[in-house]
Amino acid sequence: MSDHSSLRTPSQRIAWTATIVISTLVFIFLITPILAIMPLSFSSGSYLTYPLPGLSLRWYDDFINSPRWMNSLKNSMIIGVASTLLSMVLGTLAALGLAQWKSRFKPLVLAFVLSPVVVPGVITAVGLYFFFAPIGLTGSYLGLILAHTALATPFVVITVGATLQSFDTNLARAAASLGASPLDAFRRVILPLILPGLASGALFAFATSFDEVVIVLFMAGPEQRTLPREMFSGIRENISPTITAAAVILTTVSVILLATLEGLRRRNERLKGSSA
Amino acid sequence: MTDALLTGADASTEVPLKRRLRRAERTRQVKALALVLPLLVFLLFTFAGPIAGMLWRAVDDREVRQVLPQTVVALANWDGKDLPDEKAYAALAGDILAARASGTLAIAAKRLNYALNGFRTILTSTARNLKAAPEPGTAKETLGKINPAWRERTTWTTIRDASGPVTGFYLLAALDLTRNVDGAIVAASPDQAIYRDVFARTFLISISVTALCLILGFPVAYLLATLPPGRSNLLMVFVLLPFWTSLLVRTCAWIVLLQSRGVVNDSLHWLGIIDEPLRLIYNRFGVCVAMTHVLLPFMILPLYSSMKAISPAYMRAAASLGAPPLTAFLRIYLPQTLPGIGAGSLLVFILALGYYITPALVGGAADQMISYFIALYTTETANWGLASALGAVLLLATILLALVYGKLVQGQQVTGGMKN
Repeated sequence: MSDHSSLRTPSQRIAWTATIVISTLVFIFLITPILAIMPLSFSSGSYLTYPLPGLSLRWYDDFINSPRWMNSLKNSMIIGVASTLLSMVLGTLAALGLAQWKSRFKPLVLAFVLSPVVVPGVITAVGLYFFFAPIGLTGSYLGLILAHTALATPFVVITVGATLQSFDTNLARAAASLGASPLDAFRRVILPLILPGLASGALFAFATSFDEVVIVLFMAGPEQRTLPREMFSGIRENISPTITAAAVILTTVSVILLATLEGLRRRNERLKGSSA
Repeated sequence: MTDALLTGADASTEVPLKRRLRRAERTRQVKALALVLPLLVFLLFTFAGPIAGMLWRAVDDREVRQVLPQTVVALANWDGKDLPDEKAYAALAGDILAARASGTLAIAAKRLNYALNGFRTILTSTARNLKAAPEPGTAKETLGKINPAWRERTTWTTIRDASGPVTGFYLLAALDLTRNVDGAIVAASPDQAIYRDVFARTFLISISVTALCLILGFPVAYLLATLPPGRSNLLMVFVLLPFWTSLLVRTCAWIVLLQSRGVVNDSLHWLGIIDEPLRLIYNRFGVCVAMTHVLLPFMILPLYSSMKAISPAYMRAAASLGAPPLTAFLRIYLPQTLPGIGAGSLLVFILALGYYITPALVGGAADQMISYFIALYTTETANWGLASALGAVLLLATILLALVYGKLVQGQQVTGGMKN
């Protein structure tokens, strides 16, 4: 269907034009909210309306000088990085194991490992709230890190698993037959090959934790409030331009993550192309 | 494993080699499982265990048993046809005195009040007026005098039904059902029957959002799958950027756009289309718009991958066989996108069912979905039994749909649409 230039009949041309028009409208629908919120953060006024009375950085200044917002940014980073690292270890090990494991229970185990993504956040949050409260893990960094790791690990299993699917197990055998210890073989042969999968898994894991709010709502004490959590209460009370500044910062993080992921994908495609 | 292979090759007979190979394979499998094990144990602690605990709370019923132990024992053999005997009254009077002394009466009062409105008052008034344990043979009279409710069968069946240790009470309540005085399952009283409405609303919002996503997502996925890779990759940014943008940012953005002095209303006013600002948010419209925006990428990505897999040769073949474009589209192209439509719709529907944040922020009181009530009963009113029962129903629906989804996407590469 890539030959839309050779559309012959008028009805085909109309259909194609309609597709383009509708798609353009949908693209506008998808992107406008994200673009519309950004300039407001640079407004010199305190109302969230256009036209802007003038430009200023006062809301970013407000953000940076507010202990509340800076603390939430710090918390998001701590919890995000820690749960990314933990989910990398658990997820990579599991993906390596699942790639070799042959059993009729495998689909079941895989479904279980991936289920934290599908189960509604509120259910996980309520379960964790009941479960973690008696053992003192609510209102603690550890509790949130563990919970976010559970949500993030499926993405690591998926991405690393996908890389392993195209991975030639003979390479590991060759390494072993050449005298490499299993650890050596992993470090010097397997690891470099699955690195792109690991990296995108890490990005997904970090993004998951960085954006998560339902579990934080249930489990975080005042000390552990993350950036999305602060935004949630901010939006509830009264949206100030400082929230739009926070939104721009969050979006910037997303764009960096997305760009890195896209770069990894391109690099991977190039590598595949050159080896073929 | 390689060692086993090499030594196996050295062996002179074939049988030991086979056996060794099998043993090597078994070791390999054990090692593979050992690699998965840490994650399984971890998820048991941080995911499966907590959810199992929540499901347990949906049927757990021990409050009354703990606070009124003698009454529970005395009622065990009560047939429920007439009022209980003097023994039960005496046991209750004893239990109430003991509970008041230890300060636990409120626990039982709270649980019994869920089943029968006003039970809290019955218990507290009785506790207040019960100075000492009644003389033998007069407990029935004394309690009946303090509060006439003790002369009614319903009061007693309520205690009996709450005796635990397990109960179907919360699960029934989550479906607007209850047990009547004779133990039969009947519809709950209208003032308590709100959850079927909530489930219906949750279902309606989810299905509307799914339909909107399909209608808006289909042409986009088609365009992306049809354009040459260079251009479609460029346009893909319009799908992936919102996908990666924080849910909170997007919800916040819709509030900025749709509020009464927001961008949309201002523009419409400026264009002279409206005089008064339209109410676009804190209602069903706002919820549907914001949720569609959040979930649309989850529809486009699976649709895109299913369309990408359709060879253009089919459409050309249909055309060369004389099919008009519309016929070719409906009979050749559309059927091949059905797995993508199914997967995308199910994914969006599953995610929409459990939504909490967006309706909580942009919906009105009449737009709150089931998640809102689960959260409300957990953190605000601490009715954990009901919260868990509602959670169990939502979880069941999700699991059933996820099983269908799993069947649909088997062998398909749609994991790209799995970010929550």
